[in-house]
Amino acid sequence: MRVFGRLSQEQIVFGLAVLLCIGFAIVLPGFLTADNLLTLVRSVSILGILGVAMGLVVIGRGIDLSLVALMAISVAWTLQLVADGMPLTQAIVLGLAVSMVAGTINGVLVAYVEIPAIFATLAMGTAIYGFGRYFLFGLDVIYLPEGAHPLLFLGQGTVLGVPVPILVFAGVCLCAYLFLRYTKAGRYLRAVGDNPQAARITGVPARPIVVLQYVLSALIGFVAGIVTAASVASMNTRVANSTFVYDVILVVVLGGIGLSGGRGGIRNVIVGTLLIGVLLNGMTIMDIQYTVQNVIKGVILLTAIVIDTILNPRDEQTAQQGDI
Amino acid sequence: MKPIKAILVASAVILGTGTALAQGIDDPTRDAYYSSFPGKRVVFVPVAMGFDLTEGWAAGLRSALEPLGITFEIRDPNWSTDAGAQAITSLISEKPDVLVVHNPDVQSYARLLKKAEEAGIYVVQVNMRSSYSTDAFVGADYVGMGELIAERLMAKCSPTNGGNGKVAITQGVLTAAASAYQMQGINNVLSQHPEMQLVSNQAADWDATKAKNIAATVIQQHPDLCAIAGFWDVMDMGTAAAIKESGKNVHLITQGGGNQSACDGLKNGTYSEVVVYNVPGQARDMAVMIKQLLQLKQEPGTTKTTLFTPLEILTKDNIGPGSCWTLPEKS
Repeated sequence: MRVFGRLSQEQIVFGLAVLLCIGFAIVLPGFLTADNLLTLVRSVSILGILGVAMGLVVIGRGIDLSLVALMAISVAWTLQLVADGMPLTQAIVLGLAVSMVAGTINGVLVAYVEIPAIFATLAMGTAIYGFGRYFLFGLDVIYLPEGAHPLLFLGQGTVLGVPVPILVFAGVCLCAYLFLRYTKAGRYLRAVGDNPQAARITGVPARPIVVLQYVLSALIGFVAGIVTAASVASMNTRVANSTFVYDVILVVVLGGIGLSGGRGGIRNVIVGTLLIGVLLNGMTIMDIQYTVQNVIKGVILLTAIVIDTILNPRDEQTAQQGDI
Repeated sequence: MKPIKAILVASAVILGTGTALAQGIDDPTRDAYYSSFPGKRVVFVPVAMGFDLTEGWAAGLRSALEPLGITFEIRDPNWSTDAGAQAITSLISEKPDVLVVHNPDVQSYARLLKKAEEAGIYVVQVNMRSSYSTDAFVGADYVGMGELIAERLMAKCSPTNGGNGKVAITQGVLTAAASAYQMQGINNVLSQHPEMQLVSNQAADWDATKAKNIAATVIQQHPDLCAIAGFWDVMDMGTAAAIKESGKNVHLITQGGGNQSACDGLKNGTYSEVVVYNVPGQARDMAVMIKQLLQLKQEPGTTKTTLFTPLEILTKDNIGPGSCWTLPEKS
C-alpha cells in the first residue's frame, strides 16, 4: 500500500488509460494500429486544446464556464463575416479581438469586481451566446464559406501523416507548458492560484494575472474553435448550450488539476484527455449504444475519483476551501 | 304556341344569366372564409429556432396566416425540453386557438398535448411526432423514410448488387421521433436481409463534431465500409468530413428539409444522396390544416389527420435550380 500511496491522481488516471488500452488491444483487433491511435487522439484534440485553456484558469484558482460559448460565438461570427464578403485575415483578427475583449471582461469581473469566477463566467457565457445569436447571426449552424477554405487545412489536413488538429493540440500544450514553466507571468499565475493573499503580499500583481488567465483562455478557445469549424466545415453554436464545457472541466479535474488552484500542469490535461479518448474510441469500435456509453463513462470516472480518495486521503490541515 | 314559349323562356334565361354575369355574383363561401380568421392566434413551439427546418416552417406559416388576420407567435425553447414544456403549460392557460408543436422526443410533451386539446386548443404536430396523436400531424413518414433509406443501402451495398453489405448508421437523438421511427423502418428491411451487415449504429445528438468522430473510428475499423446512412444533413457535414479525410469511397446517404445547403453539398460531393421532405410544402400543409380546423370549428381532438410529406431522393444528377429552397432574407 505504501508504494501506491505515493501515486498521484495523474498517475492513477494514466494507469487506468494504459490498462484500458491494453484491454482494448487484446479484445479489439483493430485498436492498436497506428491509424486508429491517430484517429483516437484526433477525435479528442479539440477537447484537449480546450482542456489546456481551462487548465490554465483552474491552476490560477478560477474557472471559465464561458469558454465554449465564447469559442462558438466568436468563430461563428468570423465565418459569418467571411460569408458576408470580408477578407479571411481581417475576419479572423476581428473574431479574435471580440474573443479577447470578452476574456478581458471575464477577468475584470473576477479580479476587480471580485465576483466569484463560477458566477461571472456562467453569466458571461449566457450573455455572449444570446448576444451572438441575436445580433451577429440568425442561424445556429454557420457553414464554412468559400472564402474561408484556406482554414480547412487546420481541421482536415495532415502533415507527414499526422492530422493537423493533433499538431495544433501538441503546439498549444507546448506553448502553455513553456509559459507556465519559464515565463514570469506563468510562475505568477501558479503562485496566485496557490495562495492569492500570499502572492499579493510578496509583490505579485495578482489582479492583472487573473485578467491574463481569462484572456489566455479566450485566445486558446478561439484556436480550438477555428480547428472545430475547419474540421467539420461548419460551426455549430448549439455546443454553447451543451454539456461540452463540463467535459472540458472533467478532463482537467480527472487529469489531476485540483479545482482549488495552484496544483497540476499541462501533463495532467494530456493524461485526462487521453483517458477520455481511449474510452470513446474503444466504445465506438465495440458499437456500444450511446446511452450505455454514458453509463460506462460515468462509472470509470467515479472509479478514478474513488481510487484517488482511497490512496490520497483528504488531509484536514492542507485541504482548502473549495477543494473537491 | 309551344315552340314560341320555349324560345321566350330560353331567351329570358340567357338574358337573365347575362345580366347576372355582368354584375358579378357573390362567392357563397367567401365571407365565411374571411370571417373565420381575424383575431385568431396561432403559436409555434419548435425544438429551437435558428436552423433551416424551423425557420422555414415559421416563415411559411407567417406568410400564409398573417394576411388573413391571424396572429402568429413563436415560443423558442432553444433545445431545452423543459423550457418547451413550460411554454406549452403556460400556453394552455393562455388559450391560443392553435398550437403548432415540433416534438423533441416522442414522450415529453404527450400529456401536455392532450391537456391542450382538452382545454380547447387545436394541436398540430410537425415532422417529429409525439406518442399522443393530436388533431393533425404534418411531416415525413419516418418509418417509410427508414425503409426507403434501407432500400437505397441495399441497392448500393447488397452483395447481390456487387457490394460487401457493410453499412453504418449515425442517428440523431435516440428518443427523437426522427430517429426512433426511422430505425424501425430500417430494421423492417434489413432484418429480412442477413447478408447486409450493420457494423455500427450510433447516436451523434444531431452534432457534426460527434458524427465526425464516430464516422472516423468506424471507417478506421472497417476500411471497406460501403455506405453510411445519416439522419440529418446538417449533422452529416461531420460524417462527410470524416469520409473525405479517410480518402475512402464511402457512399453517404443523408436526409433533411431540402435547404439550399443540401443541394450545394450534393454538387460539391459532400453527400452522395439526400432524401428530402420539402419544408415550404410542409408549411403549406400545416397552414391548410389550420385553416380547415378554424373553419370547421369542431371540438379539438375529435378528428386526427395525418399528412405525410412526399419524400424525394436528390442526387448530383437530378438536382436543378429549383430542387432546393432558400430562407427568405430577414428584414
